[in-house]
Amino acid sequence: MQNNPSFLTTRLDKAIGWAQKYSIFQYPFVTACCGMEYMATACSHYDVDRFGAGLPRFSPRQADVLFVVGTISHKMAPVLNRIYDQMADPKWVVAFGVCTCTGGFYDNYATVMGIDTIIPVDVYIPGCPPRPEMVLDGLMKLQDKIQDHRVNGRRSEPEPRPEVFEV
Amino acid sequence: MTSVLIESVTDRFPDAVSASHAYRGDQTVVVRPEFLLEIARFLKEDPALQMNLLVDVTAVDYSAFGKGPAPAFFASSGVAVKPSSQIQDEDPWPGPPEKIRFTVVYHFYSIQHKHRLRLVIPVEETEAALDSLTTLWAAADWLEREVWDMYGIRFNGHPNLKRILMYEEFEGYPLRKDYPVNKRQPLIGPVN
Amino acid sequence: METEQTAEKPAELEIREMMLNIGPAHPAMHGIIRLVVNLDGEQIHDADVEIGFLHRGFEKMAEEVDYNGIIPYTDRLNYVSPLINNMGYCMAVEKLLGISVPQRCHYIRVILSEISRIGDHLTCVGATAMELGAFSVFLYMIKAREFLWELVEMVTGARMTVSFCRVGGVKADLPEAFPGDCAEAFKEVRKVIAESDGLLTRNRIFVDRMDGTGIISAEDAISYGITGPFLRSTGVEYDVRKDCPYSVYDQLPFDVPVGTRGDNMDRYLVRMEEMEQSMLIVEAALRDIPPGEVLANPETGRPIPAAQMVDLAKMGEIEPISGGCAVVGPTLEGSGRAQRSSIAVDEKRVFLPPKEDAYGNIEGLMQQFKLVMLGHGLRPPEGEVYFPVEGANGELGYYVVSDGASSAYRVRVRPPCFAIMSALSMLLEGEMLADIVPTFGSVNMIGGELDR
Repeated sequence: MQNNPSFLTTRLDKAIGWAQKYSIFQYPFVTACCGMEYMATACSHYDVDRFGAGLPRFSPRQADVLFVVGTISHKMAPVLNRIYDQMADPKWVVAFGVCTCTGGFYDNYATVMGIDTIIPVDVYIPGCPPRPEMVLDGLMKLQDKIQDHRVNGRRSEPEPRPEVFEV
Repeated sequence: MTSVLIESVTDRFPDAVSASHAYRGDQTVVVRPEFLLEIARFLKEDPALQMNLLVDVTAVDYSAFGKGPAPAFFASSGVAVKPSSQIQDEDPWPGPPEKIRFTVVYHFYSIQHKHRLRLVIPVEETEAALDSLTTLWAAADWLEREVWDMYGIRFNGHPNLKRILMYEEFEGYPLRKDYPVNKRQPLIGPVN
Repeated sequence: METEQTAEKPAELEIREMMLNIGPAHPAMHGIIRLVVNLDGEQIHDADVEIGFLHRGFEKMAEEVDYNGIIPYTDRLNYVSPLINNMGYCMAVEKLLGISVPQRCHYIRVILSEISRIGDHLTCVGATAMELGAFSVFLYMIKAREFLWELVEMVTGARMTVSFCRVGGVKADLPEAFPGDCAEAFKEVRKVIAESDGLLTRNRIFVDRMDGTGIISAEDAISYGITGPFLRSTGVEYDVRKDCPYSVYDQLPFDVPVGTRGDNMDRYLVRMEEMEQSMLIVEAALRDIPPGEVLANPETGRPIPAAQMVDLAKMGEIEPISGGCAVVGPTLEGSGRAQRSSIAVDEKRVFLPPKEDAYGNIEGLMQQFKLVMLGHGLRPPEGEVYFPVEGANGELGYYVVSDGASSAYRVRVRPPCFAIMSALSMLLEGEMLADIVPTFGSVNMIGGELDR
């Protein structure tokens, strides 16, 4: 956020946002079945490289978007937290697959019911697994967010989750 | 209907075998826990049996057997499907062990002779412990660790009996029938 | 290797092993294995494998939902070849029930299982090649896998997590265009396999890294309970499809490739050959498959468009549609009385009725009610069964215990890659650090199956 936005500085911010959105260095934190659809999206048929996001950096320190792909169990949650902490700002998180959004149909002792209980999430892509077209749609929404992040500021405060969720 | 495998085990260890059946063609022997290691060694080394592949080690908790939620009105008219004429059902299933909570189930296979055998060992709840088969088959290592992790049944002589699928801080044994399905014990984050 | 020099004795150096954590978030570990290795330079002294990072409680969930509701959970066990898991589970419950599905249904299941198996081997070989640096081979194989997934989508409606088999049958019949499209897809897949073979099999770098690494002897493999391509690469010819044949595998001609040395190169070659054999199985099955019913069978009644039938039934006008045959595409759920005899067993306590009957007469409505409503449902007799099928990694077995209720009492999956992973620490001892990658790649560890 800027204190006194002027025409030139907002144009500059949008230009920087444009450059950032077309050069996404993703860290694919792949655990489960969604990884297969992630591979399908990244490869030739539904190429994600044409969005500039085709180069996965396999180190969190060199990445700016964390794709959390596949179910996160409670044993894996501290690892995910540590990976998120190791990334440098500005960073975004994409919850890929319904297991990362809300836990999917694994409502049991082992699964984290949605990674937004642990780390803040920018884009949710539901689906079990989501079709590659949905993934690309989510990626484009993420790109809109990246475009405007210097002007609009970082993500808004997530709404507080209830302590116990009654069905 | 007896068969070669069940007969050879029963002849060799008459006081160890408490029951046997071949429900749906799966030959099964129910054995007392003290005799496990001897019988396993016999199964592996006897040239007529040669059960060299330990296919699976698992356990079943029979404490809630038949005590599911009460069936709905008219549900009793949906009687269980009878077997088709292709599978002879002369050998009915004897049912779960009387008054014993757990059974540990071993499946063996012989690659040379192409036959299978299931060994069922009833295990008491209070001293849930059995001999480990890691000296005979290396596969028993991780399989027994999983039974320990999920059910809390110890294996005497196991080199490394610790949790394998859950984390060490987890308390309780998840696959037991008294562990509620969505009781989460998170390491970080809220209990949701 | 760390050296420590004190001021007093400059000639004395201490040597320690380095403990390296190849952690769960690592691309070559396929995401969810932690390897803690003790290294002496590049040599591994011992390796400790920690699993369980993807444990999702399949066996506990199986006790909560009813028998058909477990099928989506089984999809996600070995998620690269989901139909094999579906088929194994359904056949285990059918063995418990004592029923047997019609011939055409067996053939449909076998065809789709073999297509899934080809997809699994493509993914395994592609991922191994990518981790060794051959990125193009990975792209080619994923392209081939897309063609197969388009085939699967044509039949089942989903690319990957299909939930296609039901207890007592399958969801729907094969569409008419299937044999033609299958031949087209296989032509492309064969082209890709030939291309990758040319790029890899005699490639100096690939051979140097895969040949002679990850050797396991046949006795060790059997002792660890290893089955599948891993065991066959050591020379032991054990394939569940040949030795304990199930479904129609005993009527389909195919060979089982067997290796000699038990190293990574042999496993790669066994998998490449198995893909070709699977394609031969599918082609033979498509030739031998008994024909399905014609869509609008003139003997059973005049054809009615499905939408019209539904509208009439909802208005309560049964007379015009009774005895009629709905004209729908063959892949629609519960479609037509016409297809019923080819995709499902004729046991009304197990399989849902065709929609004409569910809307049209009271027996069909009752059958639908008794199978779907909570508290009723498919209820096998009390008993226990074990049923093994040949998964892509080895013997995938289902042990099902039933207490006569509508949900299973205990479902146990015998995961083939669990046994292989337990041998991993033995395989890696004495190897170099760089040999972890091809050895682990040839294990084809699938997390959903390993940790369930």
